[in-house]
Amino acid sequence: MYVYDEHDRQIAAERVAQFRDQTERALAGELAEEEFLPLRLQNGLYVQRLAPMLRIAVPYGMLRADQLRRLARITRDYDKGYAHFTTRQNVQLNWPALEDVPDILAELAEVEMHANQTSGNCIRNTTTDQFSGVQSDEIADPRPYCEIIRQWSTFHPEFAFLPRKFKVAVNASEKTDRAAIQVHDIGLQMVRNDAGDLGFRVHVGGGLGRTPMVGPVIRDFLPEADLLTYLEAVLRVYNRYGRRDNKFKARIKILVKALTPEAFAEKVEAEWSHIKDSPSRLTRDAIDRIQAYFTEPDYQNVDHDTELLAKQRFEHRGFDQWLSHNVDTHKKPGYAIVTLTMKETGTPPGDVTDRQLEQIADLADEFSFGEVRVTHQQNVVLADVRQDRLLELWQAIVPMGFGTANLNTLTDVICCPGGDFCALANAKSIPVAEAIQRRFDDLDYLYDLGNIDLNISGCMNACGHHHVGNIGVLGVDKKGEEFYQISLGGSSHHDATIGKILGPSFAREDMPDVVAKIIDVYVDKRTEEESFLDTYRRVGIDPFKERVYA
Amino acid sequence: MPDVISQDGSIRQDDWIVVPRPAEGESLDTPEQSKALIPADLWLAGYEHFTGRDDIGVWFDSHDEPEMLAGKFQELSVIAVNFPKFSDGRGYSIARLLRERFGYENELRAIGDVLLDQLQFMKRCGFDAYVLRPDKDINKAARCLNFFSQGYQAATDTDLPLFRRRAS
Repeated sequence: MYVYDEHDRQIAAERVAQFRDQTERALAGELAEEEFLPLRLQNGLYVQRLAPMLRIAVPYGMLRADQLRRLARITRDYDKGYAHFTTRQNVQLNWPALEDVPDILAELAEVEMHANQTSGNCIRNTTTDQFSGVQSDEIADPRPYCEIIRQWSTFHPEFAFLPRKFKVAVNASEKTDRAAIQVHDIGLQMVRNDAGDLGFRVHVGGGLGRTPMVGPVIRDFLPEADLLTYLEAVLRVYNRYGRRDNKFKARIKILVKALTPEAFAEKVEAEWSHIKDSPSRLTRDAIDRIQAYFTEPDYQNVDHDTELLAKQRFEHRGFDQWLSHNVDTHKKPGYAIVTLTMKETGTPPGDVTDRQLEQIADLADEFSFGEVRVTHQQNVVLADVRQDRLLELWQAIVPMGFGTANLNTLTDVICCPGGDFCALANAKSIPVAEAIQRRFDDLDYLYDLGNIDLNISGCMNACGHHHVGNIGVLGVDKKGEEFYQISLGGSSHHDATIGKILGPSFAREDMPDVVAKIIDVYVDKRTEEESFLDTYRRVGIDPFKERVYA
Repeated sequence: MPDVISQDGSIRQDDWIVVPRPAEGESLDTPEQSKALIPADLWLAGYEHFTGRDDIGVWFDSHDEPEMLAGKFQELSVIAVNFPKFSDGRGYSIARLLRERFGYENELRAIGDVLLDQLQFMKRCGFDAYVLRPDKDINKAARCLNFFSQGYQAATDTDLPLFRRRAS
């Protein structure tokens, strides 16, 4: 994992001093609310329904045990003893006091953390696959490139006041896309060209929100050394020509669509031709230096002991289920990737208490070289667990509430904080998630249904990624009452698709029944091998409509 | 006479007046006693009349394309870029293009909705003079220009990104 050097530490310290100064001027009335707004947003600070909300950056989802412990302490000292993992691999506090935020930032800086650019119309936290570096089918580890992008985008002087927010995601696996890159402003797919050189396929103009779009490819191969100059060219074209007259048409996707992807790509190439050979072109040394932070941990040579696991599975049915669903194959024989689910029924998806944060830190130290990854599905990954310790780990996490063996099933819901916390929300989302989790509480039935992405957003801003859920739920406001619109067929993976709206919206109390009817149609229509998405794609939306609105 | 902040935060006064764009059908009204910054396209339209005059400079609005004056930038001793709203970030790109693409070396002045917390970005993008919005405390400018001792990325102030400085 990346470790700060004296330059990073100095910049972080200067940032804390700057935000302290800005906060003091705001509290003294020297900054109008509209002037302080972008300054606090670029520091992740929202003024919310009940209190300010502070979004803390977790660059590409990586956290060390000491950082988790510091987060736990901060939630205790400055908040109500819990935090929330977001759908962009970050962490949110729901109740900090405005005047405490500079102190919180100082505490974060001590453990090499910050809240830079976690909101506002600037370049946000770069996200990636939570299995980076430990899966067998990736082109290369994407995290060094995410860190290179993090440094380049931090306080970029030209791009601090873009038309709208800007999100970059990187994916490195050939077979899967856990980073949903095609629904980002820039999606970078790592590839190798025919000569074997490393580079990126560049998607621009994907996104969710009010106008969901899958990002078209504007460059098939961008050599790795050209990463920053090319990003700079894309951002400059967007900064100059993106719409600023209408907030709802200000994302880069609108510009790309208006110009056409081909014309947009030409503009980028023209801009890039001026800067591609500038000193911002990456050097081998610079890439090597960052890559050196992401080397393999000190793996031991342990056998892949299938016999032991088989015996343990036989003896513990719960362990067997958990192993089948929450544990993934590691590139290193004898090791496994474990996902701790933060989706216990009755707890808002992604919420963790201070104690749980410390428990996760302890688990990381004990089982996984002191590091974890936050996923955009709001779970936490222990990436390097010895197989012969999986049973021990499982026995430890079940009482902690992290062992619900529902990963990627219907009840592994992606869910924004919604109307319970968020000032933007039209409707609550957490109670809908909970009602559906309660309705589908039979694990065997969930397993029989297979992988289903159920994503819930409390408003059009789509923090719950509802457009790309196989089943998407969007909270809407109808004359002051909360209703929920359903879409079907979305996907955030390599086959990225925006879901199709089923029809008129439903009252909250009807939602479990409606979802049950949708699931019934799938069960009736599926062939043996089909996932929910496969069946939907084959039979179309009509059978679902007929059943739900019958 | 406007108070003008320099890159080091020092304050001076000068007599450059920003002449607004005339209304439709009206003609440009340049002051007689003072130096004037006029809209760039109008300077170009009256090029025969304005060229070579050291009392006339230009200003770009945020939606203007600085490319329109390609080849002529060095004739100007002052170019201003207007920030109609502080949240309109196009002026930063315009400034970098003027400096880095077109090689403009004389004074580059930020005008309009120029606030304290934007000065650091303006400085890095090549502005070397700033006319702060009058209600802001000009004595805090020096501090706000200097919160950061270095940046990660190259910009107009340095063409060496941190990754190259680290290597040396």
